[in-house]
Amino acid sequence: MIQQLSVFLENNPGTLRAMTEILGIGGVDLLALSLADTQSFGIVRLIVSSEQMYTALGLLKDNGYIAKMNHVICACVPDRPMGLSELLSVIESAGLSVEYMYSFLRAYASGTALMILRMNDGNLAESVFSEKGIRMLSQEEIDSL
Amino acid sequence: MSERKHLIYDPARECMSRDELTALQNARLIETVKREYENVPMYRSRMDAKGIRPEDIHGVEDLKHLPFMDKRDLRDYYPFDLLAVPQSEIVRIQGSSGTTGKPIVSGYTRNDVDIWSEMMARTLTAAGCTKEDKVQVAYGLGLFTGGFGAYQGADRIGAMVVPMSSGNTQRQILMMKDLGVTLLCCTPSYATYLGETIRDMGLVPGRDIKLKAGCFGAEPWTEEMRIHLEELLGIDACDIYGLTEIAGPGVAFACLEKEGMHVNEDHVIAEIIDPVTEQPLPYGQKGELVFTTITKTGMPMLRYRTHDICYLTDKPCDCGRTFARMSRITGRTDDMLVIRGVNVFPSQIETVLVATQGVAPHYMLIVDRVNNSDTLEVQVEMTEEMFSDTVSHIEEVRRHITEQIRSVVGITAKVSLMAPKSMPRSEGKAKRVIDNRKL
Repeated sequence: MIQQLSVFLENNPGTLRAMTEILGIGGVDLLALSLADTQSFGIVRLIVSSEQMYTALGLLKDNGYIAKMNHVICACVPDRPMGLSELLSVIESAGLSVEYMYSFLRAYASGTALMILRMNDGNLAESVFSEKGIRMLSQEEIDSL
Repeated sequence: MSERKHLIYDPARECMSRDELTALQNARLIETVKREYENVPMYRSRMDAKGIRPEDIHGVEDLKHLPFMDKRDLRDYYPFDLLAVPQSEIVRIQGSSGTTGKPIVSGYTRNDVDIWSEMMARTLTAAGCTKEDKVQVAYGLGLFTGGFGAYQGADRIGAMVVPMSSGNTQRQILMMKDLGVTLLCCTPSYATYLGETIRDMGLVPGRDIKLKAGCFGAEPWTEEMRIHLEELLGIDACDIYGLTEIAGPGVAFACLEKEGMHVNEDHVIAEIIDPVTEQPLPYGQKGELVFTTITKTGMPMLRYRTHDICYLTDKPCDCGRTFARMSRITGRTDDMLVIRGVNVFPSQIETVLVATQGVAPHYMLIVDRVNNSDTLEVQVEMTEEMFSDTVSHIEEVRRHITEQIRSVVGITAKVSLMAPKSMPRSEGKAKRVIDNRKL
């Protein structure tokens, strides 16, 4: 599994910009990002290289943000119609569920899309994916993107 | 409307001369102080501490020598330590929210329930109620005194009682229409909501709805709201005042002159004091309202500080009653809020937050009135412990806080999660309430 950073944001104009600006000025390179928003708050999830992970965490905490690190799966999906739904069929037949999912910003290899998945059971999902031949990126591979 | 017919439930009492009334108050006060001194250790020691003996109290003039009581006492001596009679004499418990997590309760003897019923019968009569009327009680029937008070008063008059309790607006209107209800008792904001729903349903007051009057209270409202309500429903809207500690609704009531509320002075003595110096203030001057019960036997209250700000007047009223009148409540000397008729103290919310795992005790309360209904938003800071990368987990935390607040305070608040360090810190007296209601 790979590391992910999640950050709490108040649902107000300018909060997302302010946060990305802090990371940007600190030289943090965002590899993937998703924003979950509700009526009253937002959660930003970020993938950065492991080298920059603690820089990013430090910058956020120093600026008074609530941020946490956790683990997610980065799966390769064939970049063609039905690619994603095949992956989801595997998940469904294994009785697993996706808590949230988003796609990578950066291209990986031609014909392949990268999806970030937060599963209800990450370890089980990893073994199911390996069994079914779904390729997942390691932290080292993320770092060398 | 110029020529009004004023109905008076008990003219012998309600219209008695000032001299007769004072003599009655004197006798009843002396009796009450004596009973309180003999039966309530807390008040006896408080009088002893001031060097006051029951025999030093000769009448209303000596009231100013007596020590005060406060809501704090009902919490500290909860639930039965302020009773002046054995528990077996108590036939009813009513309650309201306290300043912290615990509610406060009051015990009523048969006599106290009777007095309260009488005060409410006077209240409803003053609004025009007779035994020919049909009274819909849309105050909550429960520990809250509103529902039972209105029920008992209407029952005493012999009117037809429709005990709906609060909520379920469609059914309220159905009963109102089908039964031909003529008198409504509820909070003014709920009355307005009922009125607007009635119109939205295409029903016409006067044709489909037979209401002629309403007794509204339990929350602050303005003269503008009162006039709006009269026009909306085509009724006489009368203000009523009360509190659990003294009896319940009906402690004071407006007559059809609608110029202040007559205090049931044969049962309670009202004073206005300067909340800082605690000295009595003359009629006409604004200050804190203080009540002394003089007929209650279960849990008598002597110089009970209401923290409500208003003034009293003894100017004669055109209705013929001689009881002094209190003005509308214009504010509080503490930070109590009345939200949808429920008393809410910021300290109650703080108690809930402190007791909830992972929640910071920093908060802000935003009160507003949207579509005639009060709203409470509780802003809480997000903490490491509450935060998660999934929305469902955070929503669960939010639901938990909402539920805790509901169970302690009794109302559903909207809990908003705010950025860390964005709430005011307790440095001396932090401003924790923003009340956007136009009251």
